[in-house]
Amino acid sequence: MDIFAQQILNGLVLGSVYALVALGYTMVYGILGLINFAHGEVVMIGAMTALAVVSTLLSVFPEMHPFLTILLAGLAAILVCMSLAFFIERLAYRPLRNAPRLAPLITAIGISILLQNIAMIIWGRKYKTVPQLFPTETFELFGASITSVQIFIILISAVLMSGLLVIVHFTKLGRAMRATSESQRVAGLMGINVNKIISVTFMIGAGLAAVAGILIAGNYSVVHYSMGFMLGLKAFTAAVLGGIGNLGGAVLGGLLLGLIESIGAGYIGDLTGGFLGSHYQDVFAFVVLIVVLVFRPTGLMGERVSERA
Amino acid sequence: MSFLEAQSLDVRYGGIRAVRGVDIRVEEGETVALIGANGAGKSSMLNAIAGVLPHTGSVYFNNVDLSYRPVFDRVKRGISMVPEGRGVFGRLTVEENLLMGAYLGNSQQEQDTDLKMMYEFFPRLKERRRQTGGTLSGGEQQMLAIGRALMARPKLLLLDEPSMGLAPIMVEKIFEVIRGVSQTGVTILLVEQNARLALESSQRAYVMESGELSITGESRELLHSPEIRRSYLGGGD
Ligand SMILES: Nc1ncnc2c1ncn2[C@@H]1O[C@H](COP(=O)(O)OP(=O)(O)OP(=O)(O)O)[C@@H](O)[C@H]1O
Ligand SMILES: [Mg+2]
Repeated sequence: MDIFAQQILNGLVLGSVYALVALGYTMVYGILGLINFAHGEVVMIGAMTALAVVSTLLSVFPEMHPFLTILLAGLAAILVCMSLAFFIERLAYRPLRNAPRLAPLITAIGISILLQNIAMIIWGRKYKTVPQLFPTETFELFGASITSVQIFIILISAVLMSGLLVIVHFTKLGRAMRATSESQRVAGLMGINVNKIISVTFMIGAGLAAVAGILIAGNYSVVHYSMGFMLGLKAFTAAVLGGIGNLGGAVLGGLLLGLIESIGAGYIGDLTGGFLGSHYQDVFAFVVLIVVLVFRPTGLMGERVSERA
Repeated sequence: MSFLEAQSLDVRYGGIRAVRGVDIRVEEGETVALIGANGAGKSSMLNAIAGVLPHTGSVYFNNVDLSYRPVFDRVKRGISMVPEGRGVFGRLTVEENLLMGAYLGNSQQEQDTDLKMMYEFFPRLKERRRQTGGTLSGGEQQMLAIGRALMARPKLLLLDEPSMGLAPIMVEKIFEVIRGVSQTGVTILLVEQNARLALESSQRAYVMESGELSITGESRELLHSPEIRRSYLGGGD
């Protein structure tokens, strides 16, 4: 087996999920200039909801086709996450729209803690195992092995990300989103209901987060009320790496971060003479974050557009 | 009641009272100019009417009280504004900017016709249709902003200094378009630094001073009023 090829493959799988989550950060940042630190928790809620639905369906309709089970669970998770994001924006962020920037940021952290605690109360403190709905098949690809779940992750992420890019760049809604992120005042003058566009932006991000949560749960087979925290930080790092506010950047940043982590984790043992093991994987994200913030705060694809409406 | 009627309009920025109980009426089909020195409150006035700025007092348009309605709702009812400084979306293409103007409906067919018409008015925009708005020159951006406002097929067009920063030939061109728009029946409220041009292109005018109206009258008469000539038309000839 080719270890390098394997690390790249794992990196792409991980990176796809980071990218999905990073898109949510970057879209909200693009439109409000707000870093929605509660976004990682939305991912967790998505995973938890899907698991709850799957478990219920498995016990009530054990004969149900696994595709239908996962589809229903996915729809439920997306619905729950979108509503959650709608209410978070409406109740927590909107009243602070004109407040100093620190206020919504602290609120976001507060919401994040609140959601973790609610999840802990509902689903408990223990790690929960995700039942296997499909028999895992493993395929050989360029000397690396890839599971059916991983293929599924890459495909779903690619479809969703392309879909989002098409919406943002080629539809009327997308045009309104881009206009609103440039200037809310002028967007209003076009007849755009700016508050509605902001709500929709939060909800799209949350829908992607829900799917990301399910994919992560499927890949690692465990979920936990705190799983959104680290994932959220990493996706945020990915968004910053790509250039926060830039959609293509979030995708690029997510994939790159996944690759850096995976390759780094594969070789960190050799590099440090066995002093640091692959469980130091998380270190890479934060090294990347610091390096980007110091040397290129606008990220890889971030442009500072001077003309503001 | 007039087509547009602003009553005791008041706009405040923190402690500053920029518009002080102003009453303005514009009849359907009229072009009315609003002139005044820098800082007189003209833009604040237009922004309040468009709904971009919170205000007290009332704004009636087409017999509907719009005072508490948000900006997008006022657009829906037929008010479009070309804001001071143009407000072109720098990262959207020229064509996307124009299409934003038609955001609230109009059939695809109407949109296509309007787009074609804008490109006829402003051939320069057609050449630049795939360029982003931010790469246009100031004059081109002004054309774009006006074209975009017209794409909404407004009943009332609010123009905030359409001649700002433009070369004389471009100013001519823009005002030609404005007069053309007026001839199609669109009501226009025009804020303009170039008082002569504003008075020559309008039927009536209001003069604003420190947030209040000082003089109002027929534009033709104001062009010859000694007071206006002294303060706004540059020179006592
Ligand atoms: N956002 C703001 N915050 C505080 N004061 C403001 C703000 N906008 C305008 N003002 C003040 O309100 C007054 C009126 O401003 P406004 O822009 O309406 O004037 P104007 O007549 O359009 O001037 P100009 O011809 O220079 O465009 C000015 O004294 C200005 O300093
Ligand atoms: Mg002004």
